[in-house]
Amino acid sequence: MDPSHKSRLQNLPRILFAPLPLPLLEPILSKVVCTISRNRPELTNRLGVHKYKSFVIDPTNIPFALLLQPNPDEPSLRAYRRNQLPPHDARIAGTLLTLLDMVDGKLDGDALFFTRDLIVEGDTEAVVCLRNALDDIEGSIANDIADIFKTPGRAALAAVRRIKGEQHGSYEHDPA
Amino acid sequence: MEAMSMIRPELVCPAGTPASLRTAVDAGADAVYCGFQNATNARNFSGLNFTTAEMRGGVDYAHDKGAKLLLAINTFPPGGKTDLWKSAIDDGVCFGVDALIVADIGVAEYVSQNHPDQRLHLSVQAGASSAEAIQYYCESFNIKRVVLPRILTVKEIKAIHDEIPCEIEAFIFGNIGMMAEGRCSLTNYITGVSTNMDGVCSPASHVKYEEDKARNLMTKLGDFTVDCFSCGENAGYPTVCKGRYLVDHREEPYYAFEEPVSLNLTSLLPDLMQAGVTALKIEGRQRSRAYVRSVVSAFRKAVDGYMAGENPELSGLLALTEGHRETAGAFGGKKWR
Ligand code: SF4
Repeated sequence: MDPSHKSRLQNLPRILFAPLPLPLLEPILSKVVCTISRNRPELTNRLGVHKYKSFVIDPTNIPFALLLQPNPDEPSLRAYRRNQLPPHDARIAGTLLTLLDMVDGKLDGDALFFTRDLIVEGDTEAVVCLRNALDDIEGSIANDIADIFKTPGRAALAAVRRIKGEQHGSYEHDPA
Repeated sequence: MEAMSMIRPELVCPAGTPASLRTAVDAGADAVYCGFQNATNARNFSGLNFTTAEMRGGVDYAHDKGAKLLLAINTFPPGGKTDLWKSAIDDGVCFGVDALIVADIGVAEYVSQNHPDQRLHLSVQAGASSAEAIQYYCESFNIKRVVLPRILTVKEIKAIHDEIPCEIEAFIFGNIGMMAEGRCSLTNYITGVSTNMDGVCSPASHVKYEEDKARNLMTKLGDFTVDCFSCGENAGYPTVCKGRYLVDHREEPYYAFEEPVSLNLTSLLPDLMQAGVTALKIEGRQRSRAYVRSVVSAFRKAVDGYMAGENPELSGLLALTEGHRETAGAFGGKKWR
Protein backbone atom coordinates (compact mmCIF):
# COMPACT_ATOMS: atom_id res chain seq x y z
CA MET A 1 0.00 0.00 0.00
CA ASP A 2 1.10 3.55 -0.73
CA PRO A 3 2.77 4.70 2.57
CA SER A 4 1.00 8.06 2.55
CA HIS A 5 -2.38 6.28 2.21
CA LYS A 6 -1.42 3.95 5.07
CA SER A 7 -0.47 6.85 7.31
CA ARG A 8 -3.75 8.66 6.44
CA LEU A 9 -5.68 5.52 7.44
CA GLN A 10 -3.70 5.23 10.67
CA ASN A 11 -4.47 8.81 11.55
CA LEU A 12 -8.15 8.53 10.71
CA PRO A 13 -9.21 7.47 14.24
CA ARG A 14 -7.32 10.46 15.70
CA ILE A 15 -9.29 12.82 13.48
CA LEU A 16 -12.62 11.04 14.05
CA PHE A 17 -12.27 10.94 17.84
CA ALA A 18 -10.73 14.40 18.27
CA PRO A 19 -13.94 16.37 18.91
CA LEU A 20 -15.29 13.80 21.36
CA PRO A 21 -15.79 15.16 24.91
CA LEU A 22 -14.40 12.44 27.20
CA PRO A 23 -17.17 12.65 29.85
CA LEU A 24 -19.55 11.43 27.14
CA LEU A 25 -17.54 8.21 26.96
CA GLU A 26 -17.79 7.42 30.69
CA PRO A 27 -21.13 5.55 30.69
CA ILE A 28 -20.22 3.71 27.48
CA LEU A 29 -16.83 2.53 28.77
CA SER A 30 -18.33 1.60 32.10
CA LYS A 31 -20.94 -0.54 30.34
CA VAL A 32 -18.22 -2.19 28.24
CA VAL A 33 -16.01 -3.18 31.17
CA CYS A 34 -18.91 -4.34 33.37
CA THR A 35 -20.32 -6.50 30.57
CA ILE A 36 -16.94 -8.11 29.82
CA SER A 37 -16.25 -8.67 33.52
CA ARG A 38 -19.67 -10.31 33.98
CA ASN A 39 -19.61 -12.42 30.80
CA ARG A 40 -15.95 -13.46 30.89
CA PRO A 41 -15.12 -14.39 34.52
CA GLU A 42 -12.27 -16.60 33.30
CA LEU A 43 -10.40 -13.41 32.39
CA THR A 44 -10.13 -12.21 35.99
CA ASN A 45 -9.47 -15.74 37.28
CA ARG A 46 -6.44 -15.99 35.02
CA LEU A 47 -5.24 -12.52 36.06
CA GLY A 48 -4.75 -13.71 39.66
CA VAL A 49 -3.22 -10.95 41.81
CA HIS A 50 -2.85 -8.72 38.78
CA LYS A 51 -6.61 -8.13 38.67
CA TYR A 52 -5.99 -5.42 41.26
CA LYS A 53 -3.50 -3.58 39.05
CA SER A 54 -4.23 -0.59 36.82
CA PHE A 55 -3.34 -0.72 33.12
CA VAL A 56 -3.13 2.15 30.68
CA ILE A 57 -4.29 0.91 27.27
CA ASP A 58 -2.91 3.50 24.90
CA PRO A 59 -4.11 3.39 21.29
CA THR A 60 -1.48 5.74 19.92
CA ASN A 61 -3.57 6.96 17.00
CA ILE A 62 -6.56 8.20 18.99
CA PRO A 63 -6.49 11.39 21.07
CA PHE A 64 -6.95 9.74 24.47
CA ALA A 65 -5.84 6.69 26.46
CA LEU A 66 -7.85 4.27 28.60
CA LEU A 67 -7.24 3.30 32.20
CA LEU A 68 -8.36 -0.27 32.91
CA GLN A 69 -8.84 -1.63 36.43
CA PRO A 70 -10.05 -5.22 36.04
CA ASN A 71 -10.84 -5.84 39.73
CA PRO A 72 -14.09 -7.85 39.35
CA ASP A 73 -15.63 -6.22 42.47
CA GLU A 74 -15.30 -2.82 40.90
CA PRO A 75 -14.24 -3.04 37.25
CA SER A 76 -13.50 0.27 35.66
CA LEU A 77 -12.47 1.64 32.27
CA ARG A 78 -11.99 5.40 31.90
CA ALA A 79 -10.72 7.68 29.16
CA TYR A 80 -8.06 10.32 29.90
CA ARG A 81 -6.13 12.86 27.92
CA ARG A 82 -2.55 11.61 27.94
CA ASN A 83 -1.24 14.49 30.03
CA GLN A 84 -3.90 13.86 32.70
CA LEU A 85 -3.40 10.13 33.29
CA PRO A 86 -3.45 9.13 36.98
CA PRO A 87 -0.69 6.90 38.42
CA HIS A 88 -0.85 3.37 37.01
CA ASP A 89 1.05 0.08 37.16
CA ALA A 90 1.63 -0.57 33.47
CA ARG A 91 1.12 0.84 29.98
CA ILE A 92 0.48 -1.03 26.73
CA ALA A 93 0.59 1.05 23.57
CA GLY A 94 0.08 0.43 19.86
CA THR A 95 -2.28 1.61 17.15
CA LEU A 96 -6.00 1.03 17.80
CA LEU A 97 -6.21 -1.70 15.19
CA THR A 98 -3.08 -3.45 16.44
CA LEU A 99 -4.50 -3.56 19.97
CA LEU A 100 -7.92 -4.72 18.75
CA ASP A 101 -6.40 -7.49 16.63
CA MET A 102 -4.21 -8.65 19.48
CA VAL A 103 -7.16 -8.78 21.87
CA ASP A 104 -9.12 -10.75 19.29
CA GLY A 105 -6.34 -13.35 18.89
CA LYS A 106 -5.49 -12.34 15.33
CA LEU A 107 -2.02 -10.95 16.04
CA ASP A 108 0.71 -12.33 18.28
CA GLY A 109 1.84 -10.03 21.09
CA ASP A 110 5.45 -11.26 21.05
CA ALA A 111 5.74 -10.77 17.29
CA LEU A 112 4.33 -7.23 17.69
CA PHE A 113 6.92 -6.59 20.39
CA PHE A 114 9.73 -7.89 18.15
CA THR A 115 8.70 -5.51 15.35
CA ARG A 116 8.31 -2.65 17.86
CA ASP A 117 4.59 -2.28 17.05
CA LEU A 118 3.76 -2.84 20.70
CA ILE A 119 5.16 -0.80 23.58
CA VAL A 120 5.16 -2.16 27.13
CA GLU A 121 6.07 -0.08 30.17
CA GLY A 122 5.89 -0.50 33.93
CA ASP A 123 4.94 -3.81 35.55
CA THR A 124 5.94 -6.28 32.80
CA GLU A 125 4.58 -9.29 34.66
CA ALA A 126 1.13 -7.69 34.95
CA VAL A 127 1.13 -6.93 31.21
CA VAL A 128 2.23 -10.46 30.27
CA CYS A 129 -0.48 -11.86 32.53
CA LEU A 130 -3.17 -9.61 31.02
CA ARG A 131 -2.02 -10.56 27.54
CA ASN A 132 -2.18 -14.28 28.37
CA ALA A 133 -5.58 -13.92 30.06
CA LEU A 134 -7.03 -12.06 27.08
CA ASP A 135 -5.59 -14.63 24.70
CA ASP A 136 -7.53 -17.37 26.48
CA ILE A 137 -10.80 -15.64 25.63
CA GLU A 138 -12.25 -17.20 22.52
CA GLY A 139 -14.65 -15.34 20.31
CA SER A 140 -14.20 -11.67 19.72
CA ILE A 141 -14.16 -9.14 22.55
CA ALA A 142 -14.45 -6.45 19.87
CA ASN A 143 -17.69 -8.13 18.73
CA ASP A 144 -18.91 -8.31 22.34
CA ILE A 145 -18.33 -4.58 22.69
CA ALA A 146 -20.05 -3.82 19.39
CA ASP A 147 -23.03 -5.97 20.40
CA ILE A 148 -23.54 -3.84 23.50
CA PHE A 149 -24.39 -0.93 21.18
CA LYS A 150 -26.48 -3.02 18.82
CA THR A 151 -26.71 -1.91 15.17
CA PRO A 152 -24.62 1.30 15.42
CA GLY A 153 -21.93 -0.58 17.36
CA ARG A 154 -21.74 -3.37 14.81
CA ALA A 155 -21.64 -0.87 11.94
CA ALA A 156 -18.79 1.06 13.61
CA LEU A 157 -16.79 -2.13 14.13
CA ALA A 158 -17.39 -3.21 10.55
CA ALA A 159 -16.03 0.16 9.41
CA VAL A 160 -12.93 -0.20 11.60
CA ARG A 161 -12.38 -3.70 10.24
CA ARG A 162 -12.67 -2.43 6.67
CA ILE A 163 -9.88 0.03 7.43
CA LYS A 164 -7.91 -2.80 9.03
CA GLY A 165 -8.49 -5.01 6.00
CA GLU A 166 -6.92 -2.30 3.87
CA GLN A 167 -4.00 -1.85 6.23
CA HIS A 168 -2.96 -5.36 7.18
CA GLY A 169 -4.36 -8.77 7.97
CA SER A 170 -3.55 -11.63 10.26
CA TYR A 171 -0.40 -13.71 9.63
CA GLU A 172 -2.24 -16.03 7.27
CA HIS A 173 -3.05 -13.17 4.94
CA ASP A 174 -0.04 -10.93 5.28
CA PRO A 175 2.97 -12.76 6.56
CA ALA A 176 5.56 -10.23 5.47
CA MET B 1 10.24 -36.70 -3.68
CA GLU B 2 8.70 -40.15 -3.62
CA ALA B 3 5.38 -40.31 -1.79
CA MET B 4 5.17 -42.41 1.39
CA SER B 5 8.91 -43.18 1.54
CA MET B 6 8.78 -41.90 5.15
CA ILE B 7 6.77 -42.70 8.25
CA ARG B 8 4.14 -40.02 8.82
CA PRO B 9 5.49 -37.97 11.75
CA GLU B 10 3.35 -36.73 14.61
CA LEU B 11 3.03 -32.93 14.76
CA VAL B 12 3.45 -31.93 18.42
CA CYS B 13 2.19 -28.44 19.16
CA PRO B 14 2.31 -26.03 22.11
CA ALA B 15 -0.63 -24.85 24.19
CA GLY B 16 -0.27 -22.31 27.00
CA THR B 17 -4.01 -21.92 27.56
CA PRO B 18 -7.15 -23.98 26.92
CA ALA B 19 -8.01 -21.66 24.01
CA SER B 20 -4.58 -22.33 22.47
CA LEU B 21 -5.10 -26.06 22.93
CA ARG B 22 -8.36 -25.93 20.99
CA THR B 23 -6.72 -23.73 18.35
CA ALA B 24 -3.80 -26.18 17.94
CA VAL B 25 -6.08 -29.21 17.68
CA ASP B 26 -8.37 -27.46 15.20
CA ALA B 27 -5.36 -26.37 13.12
CA GLY B 28 -4.23 -29.97 12.68
CA ALA B 29 -2.01 -30.86 15.65
CA ASP B 30 -1.61 -34.61 16.17
CA ALA B 31 -0.61 -33.96 19.77
CA VAL B 32 -0.60 -30.94 22.06
CA TYR B 33 1.74 -30.44 25.01
CA CYS B 34 0.89 -28.33 28.02
CA GLY B 35 1.48 -27.92 31.74
CA PHE B 36 -0.12 -27.03 35.05
CA GLN B 37 -0.10 -23.53 36.58
CA ASN B 38 2.93 -24.18 38.80
CA ALA B 39 6.66 -24.93 38.92
CA THR B 40 6.26 -28.47 37.59
CA ASN B 41 6.74 -27.31 34.01
CA ALA B 42 9.35 -25.21 32.25
CA ARG B 43 6.95 -22.50 31.07
CA ASN B 44 5.72 -21.37 34.47
CA PHE B 45 4.75 -17.89 33.30
CA SER B 46 2.20 -15.53 34.75
CA GLY B 47 -1.32 -16.02 33.36
CA LEU B 48 -0.27 -19.14 31.46
CA ASN B 49 -1.03 -22.85 31.78
CA PHE B 50 -3.85 -25.04 33.03
CA THR B 51 -5.78 -25.54 36.24
CA THR B 52 -6.62 -29.18 37.01
CA ALA B 53 -10.18 -28.67 35.72
CA GLU B 54 -8.85 -27.10 32.51
CA MET B 55 -6.40 -30.00 32.04
CA ARG B 56 -9.21 -32.53 32.36
CA GLY B 57 -11.26 -30.54 29.80
CA GLY B 58 -8.21 -30.29 27.53
CA VAL B 59 -7.74 -34.06 27.51
CA ASP B 60 -11.41 -34.53 26.60
CA TYR B 61 -11.25 -31.93 23.81
CA ALA B 62 -8.09 -33.42 22.31
CA HIS B 63 -9.37 -37.00 22.49
CA ASP B 64 -12.77 -36.08 21.02
CA LYS B 65 -10.92 -34.73 17.98
CA GLY B 66 -8.49 -37.64 17.69
CA ALA B 67 -5.48 -35.73 19.07
CA LYS B 68 -3.21 -36.60 22.01
CA LEU B 69 -2.41 -34.53 25.07
CA LEU B 70 1.15 -34.72 26.40
CA LEU B 71 1.63 -33.29 29.90
CA ALA B 72 4.94 -31.53 30.57
CA ILE B 73 6.22 -32.20 34.09
CA ASN B 74 9.71 -31.34 33.02
CA THR B 75 11.36 -29.39 35.82
CA PHE B 76 13.61 -30.67 38.60
CA PRO B 77 12.00 -30.71 42.07
CA PRO B 78 14.16 -29.18 44.78
CA GLY B 79 15.02 -31.54 47.65
CA GLY B 80 12.13 -32.14 50.05
CA LYS B 81 9.57 -30.48 47.76
CA THR B 82 8.52 -33.34 45.54
CA ASP B 83 4.84 -33.38 46.56
CA LEU B 84 3.84 -30.84 43.92
CA TRP B 85 5.44 -32.99 41.19
CA LYS B 86 3.85 -36.18 42.52
CA SER B 87 0.37 -34.69 42.59
CA ALA B 88 0.81 -33.26 39.07
CA ILE B 89 1.71 -36.77 37.89
CA ASP B 90 -1.19 -38.39 39.73
CA ASP B 91 -3.64 -35.83 38.31
CA GLY B 92 -2.32 -36.24 34.78
CA VAL B 93 -2.58 -40.03 34.95
CA CYS B 94 -6.09 -39.77 36.40
CA PHE B 95 -7.20 -37.44 33.57
CA GLY B 96 -5.93 -39.90 30.95
CA VAL B 97 -3.09 -37.87 29.39
CA ASP B 98 -1.39 -39.76 26.58
CA ALA B 99 2.12 -39.24 27.90
CA LEU B 100 4.04 -37.48 30.64
CA ILE B 101 7.10 -35.52 29.55
CA VAL B 102 9.68 -35.69 32.35
CA ALA B 103 13.28 -34.61 32.86
CA ASP B 104 14.22 -35.50 36.45
CA ILE B 105 15.22 -39.08 37.28
CA GLY B 106 13.33 -38.95 40.60
CA VAL B 107 10.17 -37.87 38.80
CA ALA B 108 10.67 -40.59 36.17
CA GLU B 109 11.20 -43.16 38.94
CA TYR B 110 7.99 -42.07 40.69
CA VAL B 111 6.01 -42.60 37.47
CA SER B 112 7.54 -45.96 36.67
CA GLN B 113 6.97 -47.22 40.22
CA ASN B 114 3.46 -45.85 40.77
CA HIS B 115 2.00 -45.73 37.28
CA PRO B 116 3.91 -48.40 35.34
CA ASP B 117 1.45 -48.34 32.42
CA GLN B 118 1.73 -44.60 31.90
CA ARG B 119 3.61 -43.70 28.72
CA LEU B 120 6.72 -41.61 29.46
CA HIS B 121 8.62 -39.20 27.23
CA LEU B 122 12.02 -37.79 28.13
CA SER B 123 12.02 -34.00 28.02
CA VAL B 124 14.61 -31.95 26.18
CA GLN B 125 15.40 -30.60 29.65
CA ALA B 126 17.04 -33.93 30.50
CA GLY B 127 19.68 -33.06 27.92
CA ALA B 128 20.12 -36.68 26.81
CA SER B 129 22.15 -36.32 23.62
CA SER B 130 23.97 -39.64 23.23
CA ALA B 131 22.66 -43.10 22.43
CA GLU B 132 24.14 -44.34 25.72
CA ALA B 133 22.34 -41.74 27.82
CA ILE B 134 19.04 -42.40 26.06
CA GLN B 135 19.43 -46.17 26.43
CA TYR B 136 19.97 -45.67 30.16
CA TYR B 137 16.67 -43.77 30.46
CA CYS B 138 14.84 -46.37 28.38
CA GLU B 139 16.16 -49.29 30.44
CA SER B 140 15.68 -47.58 33.81
CA PHE B 141 12.30 -45.90 33.34
CA ASN B 142 10.78 -47.47 30.24
CA ILE B 143 10.98 -44.18 28.32
CA LYS B 144 9.11 -44.49 25.01
CA ARG B 145 10.26 -41.28 23.35
CA VAL B 146 13.16 -38.86 23.72
CA VAL B 147 12.93 -35.17 22.87
CA LEU B 148 16.41 -34.46 21.55
CA PRO B 149 18.42 -31.42 22.63
CA ARG B 150 18.92 -28.92 19.84
CA ILE B 151 22.65 -29.63 19.47
CA LEU B 152 22.62 -32.44 16.92
CA THR B 153 22.91 -32.49 13.15
CA VAL B 154 20.41 -34.52 11.13
CA LYS B 155 23.18 -37.05 10.45
CA GLU B 156 23.80 -37.44 14.19
CA ILE B 157 20.07 -37.84 14.80
CA LYS B 158 19.96 -40.64 12.24
CA ALA B 159 22.92 -42.38 13.92
CA ILE B 160 21.23 -42.11 17.34
CA HIS B 161 17.96 -43.36 15.87
CA ASP B 162 19.68 -46.53 14.70
CA GLU B 163 21.01 -47.28 18.19
CA ILE B 164 18.15 -46.54 20.57
CA PRO B 165 15.02 -48.53 21.41
CA CYS B 166 12.67 -45.51 21.60
CA GLU B 167 11.08 -42.90 19.36
CA ILE B 168 12.67 -39.53 18.63
CA GLU B 169 10.97 -36.14 18.86
CA ALA B 170 12.84 -33.18 17.36
CA PHE B 171 12.18 -29.45 17.52
CA ILE B 172 11.41 -27.85 14.17
CA PHE B 173 10.34 -24.29 15.01
CA GLY B 174 10.51 -21.67 17.73
CA ASN B 175 12.66 -20.09 20.36
CA ILE B 176 16.10 -21.55 20.97
CA GLY B 177 18.47 -20.88 23.84
CA MET B 178 22.17 -21.43 23.93
CA MET B 179 22.05 -25.21 23.86
CA ALA B 180 22.43 -25.96 27.57
CA GLU B 181 19.02 -27.44 28.08
CA GLY B 182 18.25 -28.35 31.66
CA ARG B 183 21.56 -26.98 32.84
CA CYS B 184 21.40 -23.23 32.31
CA SER B 185 21.81 -21.14 35.46
CA LEU B 186 22.06 -17.68 33.89
CA THR B 187 18.59 -16.60 35.02
CA ASN B 188 19.16 -18.02 38.47
CA TYR B 189 22.37 -16.00 38.73
CA ILE B 190 20.60 -12.74 37.86
CA THR B 191 17.16 -13.14 39.44
CA GLY B 192 17.43 -15.94 42.00
CA VAL B 193 14.64 -17.75 40.12
CA SER B 194 15.65 -21.02 38.48
CA THR B 195 14.67 -22.06 34.96
CA ASN B 196 15.18 -25.69 35.89
CA MET B 197 13.46 -25.77 39.30
CA ASP B 198 10.97 -22.87 39.19
CA GLY B 199 10.23 -23.37 35.52
CA VAL B 200 10.81 -19.82 34.40
CA CYS B 201 13.67 -18.25 32.48
CA SER B 202 14.05 -14.46 32.69
CA PRO B 203 10.81 -13.99 34.67
CA ALA B 204 8.62 -11.05 33.64
CA SER B 205 8.58 -9.93 37.27
CA HIS B 206 12.25 -8.97 36.84
CA VAL B 207 11.98 -7.52 33.32
CA LYS B 208 11.82 -3.79 32.62
CA TYR B 209 11.43 -2.11 29.26
CA GLU B 210 12.51 1.50 28.97
CA GLU B 211 11.82 3.35 25.76
CA ASP B 212 12.92 6.96 25.27
CA LYS B 213 11.18 9.63 23.22
CA ALA B 214 13.23 8.73 20.15
CA ARG B 215 11.93 5.14 20.53
CA ASN B 216 15.27 3.63 21.51
CA LEU B 217 14.42 0.62 23.65
CA MET B 218 16.43 -0.69 26.59
CA THR B 219 15.57 -4.14 27.98
CA LYS B 220 16.65 -4.99 31.52
CA LEU B 221 16.58 -8.11 33.64
CA GLY B 222 17.10 -7.38 37.31
CA ASP B 223 20.09 -5.04 37.56
CA PHE B 224 21.47 -6.05 34.16
CA THR B 225 20.87 -4.29 30.85
CA VAL B 226 20.25 -7.13 28.42
CA ASP B 227 20.02 -5.15 25.18
CA CYS B 228 19.45 -1.73 23.59
CA PHE B 229 17.55 -1.47 20.33
CA SER B 230 17.60 1.69 18.27
CA CYS B 231 14.36 3.10 16.88
CA GLY B 232 12.96 0.74 14.25
CA GLU B 233 15.42 -2.06 15.08
CA ASN B 234 13.72 -5.42 15.62
CA ALA B 235 13.78 -6.49 19.26
CA GLY B 236 14.30 -9.88 20.92
CA TYR B 237 13.22 -11.49 24.17
CA PRO B 238 14.81 -10.13 27.36
CA THR B 239 16.47 -13.51 27.96
CA VAL B 240 19.96 -13.46 29.43
CA CYS B 241 21.46 -15.66 26.74
CA LYS B 242 20.18 -13.40 23.95
CA GLY B 243 21.70 -10.24 25.44
CA ARG B 244 24.14 -7.88 23.76
CA TYR B 245 26.99 -7.23 26.17
CA LEU B 246 30.12 -5.15 26.44
CA VAL B 247 33.03 -7.57 26.56
CA ASP B 248 36.74 -6.89 26.89
CA HIS B 249 37.84 -7.99 23.44
CA ARG B 250 35.20 -6.04 21.50
CA GLU B 251 34.58 -2.35 21.09
CA GLU B 252 30.87 -2.62 20.36
CA PRO B 253 28.25 -4.46 22.46
CA TYR B 254 28.15 -8.06 21.28
CA TYR B 255 25.81 -11.07 21.41
CA ALA B 256 28.22 -12.95 23.65
CA PHE B 257 26.15 -16.14 23.97
CA GLU B 258 23.44 -16.31 21.30
CA GLU B 259 21.67 -13.95 18.92
CA PRO B 260 17.93 -13.20 19.02
CA VAL B 261 16.83 -15.65 16.38
CA SER B 262 14.28 -18.48 16.08
CA LEU B 263 14.72 -22.04 14.90
CA ASN B 264 13.00 -22.84 11.61
CA LEU B 265 13.65 -26.27 10.08
CA THR B 266 11.20 -25.96 7.23
CA SER B 267 13.84 -26.84 4.67
CA LEU B 268 15.12 -29.83 6.65
CA LEU B 269 11.73 -31.43 7.30
CA PRO B 270 12.10 -34.22 4.70
CA ASP B 271 15.61 -35.00 5.99
CA LEU B 272 14.33 -35.26 9.56
CA MET B 273 11.44 -37.44 8.46
CA GLN B 274 13.83 -39.71 6.57
CA ALA B 275 16.20 -39.85 9.56
CA GLY B 276 13.44 -41.66 11.45
CA VAL B 277 12.15 -38.83 13.59
CA THR B 278 8.72 -39.88 14.89
CA ALA B 279 7.50 -36.52 16.12
CA LEU B 280 8.11 -32.92 15.07
CA LYS B 281 7.84 -30.39 17.87
CA ILE B 282 6.88 -26.73 17.68
CA GLU B 283 8.09 -24.53 20.57
CA GLY B 284 5.96 -21.72 21.99
CA ARG B 285 3.64 -22.37 24.92
CA GLN B 286 4.16 -18.73 25.89
CA ARG B 287 2.92 -17.53 22.50
CA SER B 288 -0.59 -16.53 21.44
CA ARG B 289 -3.41 -18.33 19.66
CA ALA B 290 -2.46 -16.34 16.54
CA TYR B 291 1.04 -17.88 16.61
CA VAL B 292 -0.29 -21.37 17.30
CA ARG B 293 -2.85 -21.16 14.47
CA SER B 294 -0.32 -19.89 11.91
CA VAL B 295 2.59 -22.16 12.76
CA VAL B 296 0.55 -25.33 13.26
CA SER B 297 -1.44 -24.94 10.05
CA ALA B 298 1.73 -24.13 8.08
CA PHE B 299 3.54 -27.25 9.31
CA ARG B 300 0.41 -29.40 8.93
CA LYS B 301 0.33 -28.42 5.28
CA ALA B 302 4.06 -29.02 4.90
CA VAL B 303 4.08 -32.48 6.50
CA ASP B 304 1.02 -33.59 4.52
CA GLY B 305 2.58 -32.20 1.36
CA TYR B 306 5.85 -34.06 1.84
CA MET B 307 3.98 -37.26 2.64
CA ALA B 308 2.07 -36.89 -0.62
CA GLY B 309 5.35 -36.53 -2.52
CA GLU B 310 4.88 -32.81 -3.14
CA ASN B 311 7.31 -29.99 -2.47
CA PRO B 312 5.13 -27.69 -0.38
CA GLU B 313 5.79 -23.97 -0.27
CA LEU B 314 6.45 -22.98 3.35
CA SER B 315 7.14 -19.32 3.72
CA GLY B 316 5.52 -16.66 5.83
CA LEU B 317 6.59 -17.75 9.31
CA LEU B 318 9.34 -15.14 9.51
CA ALA B 319 6.84 -12.62 10.90
CA LEU B 320 6.59 -14.75 14.04
CA THR B 321 10.30 -15.25 14.64
CA GLU B 322 12.36 -13.52 17.31
CA GLY B 323 14.16 -10.49 15.95
CA HIS B 324 12.61 -11.43 12.59
CA ARG B 325 15.48 -13.83 12.01
CA GLU B 326 15.58 -17.60 11.65
CA THR B 327 18.21 -20.32 11.70
CA ALA B 328 18.54 -24.07 11.20
CA GLY B 329 20.80 -24.07 14.28
CA ALA B 330 22.91 -27.18 14.79
CA PHE B 331 20.53 -29.30 12.70
CA GLY B 332 21.92 -27.91 9.45
CA GLY B 333 25.57 -28.38 10.50
CA LYS B 334 27.61 -27.13 13.41
CA LYS B 335 29.14 -23.72 13.13
CA TRP B 336 30.04 -22.87 16.70
CA ARG B 337 30.71 -19.25 17.31
S1 SF4 C 1 18.96 -17.98 29.51
FE1 SF4 C 1 18.74 -18.87 27.46
S2 SF4 C 1 19.71 -20.91 27.55
FE2 SF4 C 1 19.34 -20.20 29.66
S3 SF4 C 1 17.33 -21.10 30.17
FE3 SF4 C 1 16.96 -19.03 29.40
S4 SF4 C 1 16.55 -19.31 27.20
FE4 SF4 C 1 17.53 -21.20 27.96
